[in-house]
Amino acid sequence: MSARGWDLPADLEKDPAEIPDPATTPVPAELRAKIEAAMALYPDSRSAAIPALHAAQEVHGWCSPEAIEQTACVMRVTPAYLDSVASFYDMLETTPVGRHSVYVCTNISCSLCGADELYEAIRAAAGEDPEFNLRSFECLGACDIAPMASVDGVYVGPLAPSDVAELLADVRAGRPVLPDKQLARRLVADPHANSREFPQHPAEGEL
Amino acid sequence: MAAPAAAPLLLLRDIDEPGLGTLEVYRRRGGYEALAKALAMTPEEVLSQLESSGLRGRGGAGFAMGKKVSFLPKGGMDKYLVCNADESEPGTFKDRELMQKTPHTLIEGIVIASYAAGTNRAFIYIRGEYQLQADALDAALEEARAAEYVGEDILGSGHSLSVVVHRGAGAYICGEETGLLDSLEGKRGNPRLKPPFPANQGLYKGPTLINNVETLATVPTIIRMGGEEYAKLGVETSTGTKVVSISGHVRRPGNYEIELGIPSREIIYGLAGGPSEGRKVKCWFPGGSSAPVLTAEDLDVPYDFNSLAKAGSMLGSGAIIVVDDSTPILNVALKLAKFYSHESCGKCTPCREGTNWTVKMLERIDVGEATPMDLEIMASVQEHIIGNCLCVLGDAMAMPIGSLIAKFRDEFEAHNDAARARRGGA
Repeated sequence: MSARGWDLPADLEKDPAEIPDPATTPVPAELRAKIEAAMALYPDSRSAAIPALHAAQEVHGWCSPEAIEQTACVMRVTPAYLDSVASFYDMLETTPVGRHSVYVCTNISCSLCGADELYEAIRAAAGEDPEFNLRSFECLGACDIAPMASVDGVYVGPLAPSDVAELLADVRAGRPVLPDKQLARRLVADPHANSREFPQHPAEGEL
Repeated sequence: MAAPAAAPLLLLRDIDEPGLGTLEVYRRRGGYEALAKALAMTPEEVLSQLESSGLRGRGGAGFAMGKKVSFLPKGGMDKYLVCNADESEPGTFKDRELMQKTPHTLIEGIVIASYAAGTNRAFIYIRGEYQLQADALDAALEEARAAEYVGEDILGSGHSLSVVVHRGAGAYICGEETGLLDSLEGKRGNPRLKPPFPANQGLYKGPTLINNVETLATVPTIIRMGGEEYAKLGVETSTGTKVVSISGHVRRPGNYEIELGIPSREIIYGLAGGPSEGRKVKCWFPGGSSAPVLTAEDLDVPYDFNSLAKAGSMLGSGAIIVVDDSTPILNVALKLAKFYSHESCGKCTPCREGTNWTVKMLERIDVGEATPMDLEIMASVQEHIIGNCLCVLGDAMAMPIGSLIAKFRDEFEAHNDAARARRGGA
């Protein structure tokens, strides 16, 4: 399985792949249903490329050739078309990755608050574990909880290197990750916004 | 000088009220009354309210919202409304809080705007990382559909609208409106050549209105208050209130709603508490990381579109990033340049090459290998990017980097000299 992407040479000896034949391309029924539901939402079904690839990635772990093939078969487009889409976006994986994503924001605001040290601490603690897909990520839009990370899609912060062990333990145990540090729980910063005192919001995965 | 506490809170008012994301609580607070009011008017009357409000786009460019709506051609062709919820400008997180906590405000704004613009299909393009917020929108939409605020013949008005939440997959460039359209059509998010502008030929080649989340979320307030009342808030060329995201070296980072035109110092020190004890503001980005930096000398500039432009920067997305005097300016420049180089889609040469070469030159300064000419070359590279690409991603690096070189030239030179001396000594 080679990585994909336009920086890699194409095999010019091979004929370009055509739209996969449904008769010879088995697609899991649930995945097919998800892709078809997405296609139905748009005037042009190709608009479903990103949601369809997301769905396929959920099944296959990454946008593997098989995942691309199945998506292309349902969407009636060529695998190359979906390759071009998958290789453009950071959240679509073009190489096999660990199943737990840990995106550490290392953009300007987070890095001013120690994100590079945080990333190194997580890398040192989890770097070798194949279960984790650790990446330094561009601004995740949560500079109010800098430095922060998105762990399997759940925003947590502000994080100190001393939080790393608990964070990884939560993920490994399948628990909600650092509930007290979740963005979901936070109240707005503006002290004039709320006219009376409101309780914190529930954490994700705890409802 | 208006004290920040006196600013009327329109968007953030009681935003943490439990259950505000549900239709029940939203309606109890008067939600969807503005929609009923708007649907009782003609679309032209709604448009004229938007125009008289003076509302300027909250996403970055600050274009008059009413004017944008009026650009859409009349007639029965397929027209689209796209809500830009990509919010990827570094430092910006205001739309995130609005969508997560009061998704119905955005939906109500979308329905009203679609009525004024005569569009029957709307898409909310939300960045893929915002899962909590996309889920909140999906749940709210389901309720809004069941209550017939979205769908066929809304409240018996004859106006129909479908709304789809479209989740992106991580690409800064998709916040650029034409890159967003390509991405929404299921392609790589490459920007398009303009003209044609989206108002004439946008999504699926149909006339398309594209607005930021905060802009659309303000629409119900404008209909409720009336455009002219709304325009009394803020200052003449920047009406209304604005949610400002403030981050970096401040004690209380977060979202604050301000009346436009208050001194920037009020936001940075008064609301966010300024840098920590003993530290001073070295520089600050007034409108996301794409805005030219200002320094401590500019702290009294009024926070509004025109005053910030006059000071040589821009209000942009309304995201203030504060850098204190403990931070080497080279680190800031390098962080920015690497980001824009990573996010350049590669379509236009000045941006693709310019962002890469800027990174390389900054790295040379970092290790003390730069020649005296390098700063000149780097400054000229920035000038050659600006205005020479299909979109403004390259400009978004060139403007802050250019301003950093202009304002902190001595520090760049000293950084290089010190690194060279260390290398020589080793």
